[in-house]
Amino acid sequence: MTSPLEQKIKVIGPVVVTANRVGDGAVVYRRADGGWTTDLDNAAVATNAAAAHELIEAAVADDLRAVGPYVAPVKLTAGGQLRPGNLRELIRLGGPTIDLPVTFGI
Amino acid sequence: MYVYDAFDRTLVAERVAEFRDQVARRLSGELTEEEFKPLRLMNGVYLQLHAYMLRIAIPYGTLSSAQLRMLAHVARRYDRGYGHFTTRQNIQFHWIKLDELPDAMADLASVGMHGMQTSGNCVRNITTDQWAGVAPDEIEDLRVLAEVIRQHVTLHPEFTFMPRKFKIAVGASAHDRAALRVHDLALRLHRNGAGETGFEVMIGGGLGRTPFLAKTIKPFLHKRDVLSYVEAILRTYNQFGRRDNIYKARIKILVHELGVEAFAKEVEAEWQSIKDGALALDPAVVAEIASRFRYPAYERLNDSPPELAAARRADRRFDAWIGNAVANHKVPGYAIVTLSLKPEGGTPGDATAEQMDAIAALADRYSFGEIRVGHEQNLVLPHVAQGDLPALWCELDAIGVATANVGLISDIISCPGLDYCSLANARSIPIAQEITRRFRNADLAHDLGRLHVNISGCINACGHHHVGHIGILGVEKNGEEFYQITLGGKADEDAKLGTLIGPAVPYAQVADVVEDIAAAYLELRQRPDELFIETVKRTGVEPFRERVYAAR
Repeated sequence: MTSPLEQKIKVIGPVVVTANRVGDGAVVYRRADGGWTTDLDNAAVATNAAAAHELIEAAVADDLRAVGPYVAPVKLTAGGQLRPGNLRELIRLGGPTIDLPVTFGI
Repeated sequence: MYVYDAFDRTLVAERVAEFRDQVARRLSGELTEEEFKPLRLMNGVYLQLHAYMLRIAIPYGTLSSAQLRMLAHVARRYDRGYGHFTTRQNIQFHWIKLDELPDAMADLASVGMHGMQTSGNCVRNITTDQWAGVAPDEIEDLRVLAEVIRQHVTLHPEFTFMPRKFKIAVGASAHDRAALRVHDLALRLHRNGAGETGFEVMIGGGLGRTPFLAKTIKPFLHKRDVLSYVEAILRTYNQFGRRDNIYKARIKILVHELGVEAFAKEVEAEWQSIKDGALALDPAVVAEIASRFRYPAYERLNDSPPELAAARRADRRFDAWIGNAVANHKVPGYAIVTLSLKPEGGTPGDATAEQMDAIAALADRYSFGEIRVGHEQNLVLPHVAQGDLPALWCELDAIGVATANVGLISDIISCPGLDYCSLANARSIPIAQEITRRFRNADLAHDLGRLHVNISGCINACGHHHVGHIGILGVEKNGEEFYQITLGGKADEDAKLGTLIGPAVPYAQVADVVEDIAAAYLELRQRPDELFIETVKRTGVEPFRERVYAAR
C-alpha cells in the first residue's frame, strides 16, 4: 500500500488525522500537541493541504503509538463541535450501528 | 474429531511463543508496523475499524466441546463476550487487544486451535461439508484427507508467499454443501464407471470483484495422487500467477487468462515429474493420521422412535423445527441438527459466550461432544439420537438457536460489513436484521421455501452475494450506501452466478426490494413446490426487475 506520505492530499473542508492505537486498536485522533486522543473534539483540525500534510507526516513518524494514520473529513457543527464527515468515520467513532449480541438480549 | 499429537502441540506452542516475542517487540518499538503487519497476519490478526480482529481456523468445520468452551472463554476474557462464525468455517473475535493476543493464543493452543494461515498469501483453512461423516449421501468422510493436505501445506515454505491467498474445499456428497465451485481449488469425490472412487479436480473458482466458477481440469484423480496433484497446482500457480497487480493475482485470473486447457497442461507436466515421488500417498501415513480421528460409539437405535412422533403431534413449533432444522443421519436412530445463528433481528453468525458454553454442554450430552460449523454461518450437532430431540429442542430454544428458518429467507449469509470491516463500503448486518424482521412470520417464510439471501458489504464478497438466490452487494455512491441486487445465484452442485437486476437501491429500500421480489415469486411460481431459484431459472430476472423498479 502506498505510504500516506506519498498520497496526494485533497482538502475541500476541515479534516483531521486519525489512526488506530497500537495497544488495542482503538480509534484515535491526532492532537495539535503531538499526542493522540480518542475524543474527536480534541483533534487538531486542518483546513488546507499543507496543514494536513504536516499533521500526517508527524503521525506517520509516531508509529509506536498509532497505526495506519490517514486524513479523514470532519464537519463543524453550529456550536463548534467536530463531527465525523462520513458514515465510515461515524462508525469508527461511535462503534457498530447495531446492538452487539450481548446487549441483543439472548 | 482430530486429536493433536506431540508434533502438532509443539508446532502450535512454538508459534505462540514466537508471536509473544513479536508482539513484545512491536509494543517496545523494536518492530515498526510495516515489519509487524506481515507477522500478525500470518497468525490471523487483522486491524479492523475499531480494534484488532483475531481469526481462528476451524479445520473442516469440526469442533470439540472443549474447543467451543475455549472459544467462549476467549470471547469472555479477551473480547466482548461473543464471536462471529464466518463463511469459511472460521471464527472471528472483533475486539481483541494486541497486548492480550499472545495469552489468547496460548489458551487456544491448549485445545489445538490457532490462527495460522487464516490470513496472508498462503493456503487458507481447508473447508468441507459440515455434515462430513454423517450425511447419508456421502461416499466417504473426507476430513482425514483434508487433514493430510492441511498438514502438508501448514508452514510449507514454498507456499507461504504465493501470489495471493488460496482456498481449498473438499466434498464427497451428491449434494454440495461446501460451495465447492467458488473455491480456488475444489476436490469432489465421486465414483467412476468402474465403481472406483476418485476426485474431480476443479480449479479457478472465486467470488470478489471478478467472480468465476471453478472449472474441471481433471475429471478423475486417484486418491493416492491427490497430494502430488495439489502440489503441482500450487507450484503452477506460484510460477505463473501474477504478483504485479493484487486484483489479478488470484488463480482464477490465471486460469481465465491462460485458458483452462493450457493451465491443466502445465499442471499435468509438473505432476508427471512428482507423482511417483514422496508425495504419492502412503496408505500407512494416511492410516496414521486417520487413527488420530475419534468417531462416536453409536448405539443400535431405530429410526423414528414413538416418543418423537408423539412430541411432534403435541407441539406445532417443535414439529416445525424438526421439519426444518433436523436432517437424516447415516446411522439409524440418529439425526443431524442444525442450530440457527440467525434469530430475528440478530447478527448472522454471531454467538455469545453463554450460547457457546451452553452448546458445548449440549454437545457433550447429546452429540458425543462434537459440533460442526457450516459455511452458511450456522452450527450443527452432528450425532443426536432421535429420541433426544424433544429435550434438546427445549434447551436450544431457551438459548435462542432453535429458530426454524434453516435454508429459508431469514437464514441470511452476511459479512460483518461496514459495522466492523475496514474494507467495507456499506453495512451488511442491519440490512440482514431488517430482512429477518420483515419475514418474521414463519408461515410466510415456509411458504417462500428454500431461499438464500447473501449479503456482502463490498466487492470482496465475503458474504458470497454472487451465489445467493438473492444477492445483495453494498456499494458507496457519493458518500451514501447503495445496494446492487442479483438474482439466481447458487453455490451448490449446480452452481451459478447471479444476474444483476438493475440500478443499485438506497439503504432504506433494500428490505422493501426483497419483499417485492418475494411477492413477485409467489405470483410467478407455477406450483407451490416450485422453488424460488427454479422460478428465476424459468422466467429469468425480467419479471422481478419489472416488479422492483416499477414502484421506484
